[in-house]
Amino acid sequence: MNITISDLHFSYAPNVKALNGISLTINAGEQVAIIGQNGAGKTTLVRHLNGLLKPTSGSVSIGDWDTTKHSVAKLASKVGYVFQNPDEQLFSKDVLTEVEFGPKNLGYKKNKIDQLVKRALELTELTGKQETNPYDLSPTWRKMVALASILAMDTPIVIFDEPTTGQDFTNITRIANVIAELKKTGKTVITITHDIDFCAENFERVIALSKGQVLLDGSPREILGQEEILAQTYVDPPQLTRLGKKIGLQETVITPQEFLKALAQRAG
Amino acid sequence: MAFINIQNLTYQYPTAKAPVLQNINLQINEGEFVAVIGANGAGKSTLCYALAGFVPHFFKGEFSGVVEVNGIQSSQAALAEWVLNVGLAFQNPFNQISGAKYTVFEEIAFGLENIGVEREQMKSRIEAAMKLTGIAELADRSPYSLSGGQQQRVALTSILVMQPKLLVLDEPTSQMDPIGTREIFAVIRDLSNSGMTVVMAEHKMEWIANFADRVIALKDGQILLEGKPNEVLTSDVLAENGFGISRYTSTAREAQKRNLWKKDSLPVTLEEAVEGFRRK
Repeated sequence: MNITISDLHFSYAPNVKALNGISLTINAGEQVAIIGQNGAGKTTLVRHLNGLLKPTSGSVSIGDWDTTKHSVAKLASKVGYVFQNPDEQLFSKDVLTEVEFGPKNLGYKKNKIDQLVKRALELTELTGKQETNPYDLSPTWRKMVALASILAMDTPIVIFDEPTTGQDFTNITRIANVIAELKKTGKTVITITHDIDFCAENFERVIALSKGQVLLDGSPREILGQEEILAQTYVDPPQLTRLGKKIGLQETVITPQEFLKALAQRAG
Repeated sequence: MAFINIQNLTYQYPTAKAPVLQNINLQINEGEFVAVIGANGAGKSTLCYALAGFVPHFFKGEFSGVVEVNGIQSSQAALAEWVLNVGLAFQNPFNQISGAKYTVFEEIAFGLENIGVEREQMKSRIEAAMKLTGIAELADRSPYSLSGGQQQRVALTSILVMQPKLLVLDEPTSQMDPIGTREIFAVIRDLSNSGMTVVMAEHKMEWIANFADRVIALKDGQILLEGKPNEVLTSDVLAENGFGISRYTSTAREAQKRNLWKKDSLPVTLEEAVEGFRRK
């Protein structure tokens, strides 16, 4: 299921223009990271994909559905959206009810719901916490509940809005594993992130937004080495990309593996 | 006498089954910039709350030991007095923003209004603080119409404007863009150089390494390690205990095994990594 965005403009108020002519196609099964400075329009853009926001002008289509012609409830069967702040998303009395809510609403059969919920809890390592009230969990685990409740909906497109914010190393690895698993099962994953190392190591396409427009769009290797252009949208290249450049490695390296390989080649 | 003096601090939240901080002893000098690292749940935020007086005044629970700032014990002081010396920026700006103000400018004025700062002085302090954190152009926007990173700057600014002697920051840049993060760290470093004491819970190792004076590593509510950033952040103990470490350090450690890193000590900053990896 492809996503087609054509000349999308959006304003929150007449004098606050958030998106300024965005055209993009995202193919089924792509793993896309969206980066860019605070206020660049990242969240505004992804909120158009499940119809939470409707274009001021231009259009957004999910498959052959124009988002202005379908309700958010209908679009929820195609696009799952994990909020930046789990507290804006969670409302149930226990983890199980929370995670079941989405697939139940989509009208899946009991068997399928049980299966999806079990898998979502496993992937997020929440198994055993089904009975707990989400608000008795730490913010870290609330984030995982928010993730699980979307995963359980089994949508072809999954959006994560800054999933690694405030997360420790173990949990970032956990989130990376979830994304890898979604990739394996052919889902489209769109992730907003400021963690450029996480971006370099887990995505195949990077879109840099600046002032409501697409500044760069391509593979991490093409995009993340462009230090001067990225600086326009307040993004630094990954740590090892900066290091590689400073020590004069020929090619752009973005991950530890690439860096070590290039280093070994240079040593001969 | 240290500016901050924590002795045998043990604290347990009201409904918790075990203490979240256990027997913490810590002295911090005036003007020091101290970073607190650790996994989620290690006690970083609670330590911030203990310094800000929220523990025990707001959260209640079982508190023992001493938290002393500038010669005053938190358990003896009223929260209203305590906040004159100590400012805390929350981890989640959504939880900090008052909800009582229509504009960013007014939101930042809130604390100053409460302590009765004179109007003209208030204006100039707010303008200076907004300039420092780069949000001058957001002055007339509603705090709720902002992006996460912008809200976080507003939350930070509303604390900075109070000019606290001790600035406590709970992951103040978690939602900020990368270059914005670096700029905020530099601002905080400057404040610390001019005498403000800073304690910051943080995961971003590269900027801790560049800007902090000292690092405290917490694990399960106890201090596992403390020392200079380059000592703590390159320690094997940290790696063995599941702490996140910077790519400079982890990659150099890997390179060391392959005989591609020749120095004895591992790098924590870009400059140190460049120095060690540069072709001789």
